Amino acid sequence: MAQLNVTDRDYFKPGHLGCPGCGAAIAIKFALKALGEKIIMVIPASCASIIVGPYPQSALNIPILHTAFATAGAAASGVRAALDLKGDTETMVLSWAGDGGTFDIGFQSLSGAVERNEDCIFVCYDNEAYMNTGVQRSSSTPYGMRTTTTPGQDWKKTRKKNIMEIMAAHRIPYAATASIAFPEDMIAKFQKAKAKKGGARFIHIFASCATGWGAPSEMSVKIARLAVQANIFPLYEIENGTRYTLNYKGNRPVEDYLKTQGRFKHLSKADVAQIQKMVTEDWDGMCRKTEAAPTG
Amino acid sequence: MRQVAEGSQAVSEAVRLAKVQVIAAYPITPQTHIVEIISEFCSNGTLNARFICVESEHSALAAIIGAASSGVRTFTATSSHGLAYMHELLHWASGARLPIVMADVNRALGPGWNIWLDQTDSLSQRDTGWIQLYCEDGQDVLDTTLMAYRLAESVNLPVMVVLDAFFLSHTYEPVDVPDQEPVDKFLPPFLPRFQLDTGNPGAFNQFVAPQAYMEMRYNIQTAMEQVPENYARIAEEFEIIFGRQYNLAEAVQCADAEIIFVTAGTTVSTCRQAVNRLRSQGEKAGLLKLKMFRPFPIDFFRQVLSGKQKVAVVDRNCSFGASGIFAQELRAALYHAESPPQIYGYIAGLGGRDVTPETIEDIYRKTKNADSPQTESIWIGLDQETVESWRN
Repeated sequence: MAQLNVTDRDYFKPGHLGCPGCGAAIAIKFALKALGEKIIMVIPASCASIIVGPYPQSALNIPILHTAFATAGAAASGVRAALDLKGDTETMVLSWAGDGGTFDIGFQSLSGAVERNEDCIFVCYDNEAYMNTGVQRSSSTPYGMRTTTTPGQDWKKTRKKNIMEIMAAHRIPYAATASIAFPEDMIAKFQKAKAKKGGARFIHIFASCATGWGAPSEMSVKIARLAVQANIFPLYEIENGTRYTLNYKGNRPVEDYLKTQGRFKHLSKADVAQIQKMVTEDWDGMCRKTEAAPTG
Repeated sequence: MRQVAEGSQAVSEAVRLAKVQVIAAYPITPQTHIVEIISEFCSNGTLNARFICVESEHSALAAIIGAASSGVRTFTATSSHGLAYMHELLHWASGARLPIVMADVNRALGPGWNIWLDQTDSLSQRDTGWIQLYCEDGQDVLDTTLMAYRLAESVNLPVMVVLDAFFLSHTYEPVDVPDQEPVDKFLPPFLPRFQLDTGNPGAFNQFVAPQAYMEMRYNIQTAMEQVPENYARIAEEFEIIFGRQYNLAEAVQCADAEIIFVTAGTTVSTCRQAVNRLRSQGEKAGLLKLKMFRPFPIDFFRQVLSGKQKVAVVDRNCSFGASGIFAQELRAALYHAESPPQIYGYIAGLGGRDVTPETIEDIYRKTKNADSPQTESIWIGLDQETVESWRN
């Protein structure tokens, strides 16, 4: 990693409880490489709360506050307030929630925290459903996915909630997407977030879940790369809610991505075409925002 | 310094004197004055603290849990629905062994929407692992809040300071607001037993298997069992410094009493007056003020009430399908007492309805004229016509 100006040191230790190919575990590893160890991590109920280790073990060399499912934004705010009162402005507060703890049950406390512009980094590692409890749909689940609560022909017929646009609407200083398949980009974004101290920062990480998505574990990173290459999960940044920067332009059809995963195998050609249409629409909208954004 | 202050202000002054460092709260009637005054203290520099204006009570307690886990002194306040909304995190705070102090202004739960006094909000949280202290007047509120920090920090359990809606929260009365110096002597800076620390990293509140969970729960129980003793010691120190005495329960004219009232909150004051009146009429009435509800001071009650004839419990709350909650707890506490008294349960004054000295005297007579208590509580002052009209 020396050539990337990234530490060789790992703050996330072997022996954690992630499944083979766990995208969340890869995300934790790279985020901490970028941020260092002056961090307090706040983890609401999620895969991550299991992955980092049960009592009396911990796979992390940093303090962790496990907290109730709905509360990451609020609990992180409380930690920040206490550190500030103690005169410790150096230690960072890193909230690490899944899509349930961000898009759904944790949505209100996150909105409250970023509206107050709390000096914390809020991460959503997104595996697009409730994986820890056995693959139930969340509002991050994409159109077309089959889950245990959207089974059979009742596969999800509504779009994934656009959490980045919601964060942008709060006009927070920095919001970015990142992917486990693009570690240099992810690390650079965490370093940027670290440097933008003083306000709320949000990083939305595409963290594939081989177990829940019906894919071989060795495909995890490849699937994540295809999501970016097919423009399903674009890599971009939004500064102050208005200034968009696109980091990667993909050109592959969505089918290349969809066919790698069991969760989409029921889709007809027409369904795939429908998804391609939605993705193209969203991508065009993204490009317009990038062009419309002021430069310099 | 003696001031004329409402109960809400008494709470806020205590928070200031306790040098609380992080406060998080959400507005809810009638708690709102408490946090408005604290906001002002934070804003004008009277109190060096961070006030987090969160978007809900659930987040208020979550933020406080985050702050307390980071080793600072914390406070929040709420009422009725706000407390109910915090329910999940009430369990979390005690399970995490955090010495948080919260004021709950006792208020009715809807529907129908009702902002007035009712104790069911706090009492329905009795199994959450919070110490609960009930207050009779403004002075009691201020002093109890100060003692609450000592108590919470002595056992690493959260404390709920409970005060009546409006009758206490919004009622002005003379309150002695102590100087900072004696308070500092009584309540030194918070020394956390554990805190989130990058120099000594640990994982708090993590996943735990059946092999250790039960022991963690047992530790909460043993800490609770320690509370009455710690409280007695803290109250004694408080009395030495401030000259005011607060027992975990107070017996008033109980020695020769034939009927003893048991109640909590401002109803205690009403009962004091009624007892004096009844005594002047030659009646042998007595009163037990319930200050500490969790842990329930079983030994105290057994000691004071064993061998007595009749106890009349005035509950401004109800556990539907059972009875008034204080009566229920008292029956359980006295079951193994030597020659326990008869326990008569009365439900009165729900949703802010007045409980006057006359109400208490009526309860006295009902108790005196009865041969044995009913299983359920007797509802006092019901408008039977209204009740009947809803049946048709």
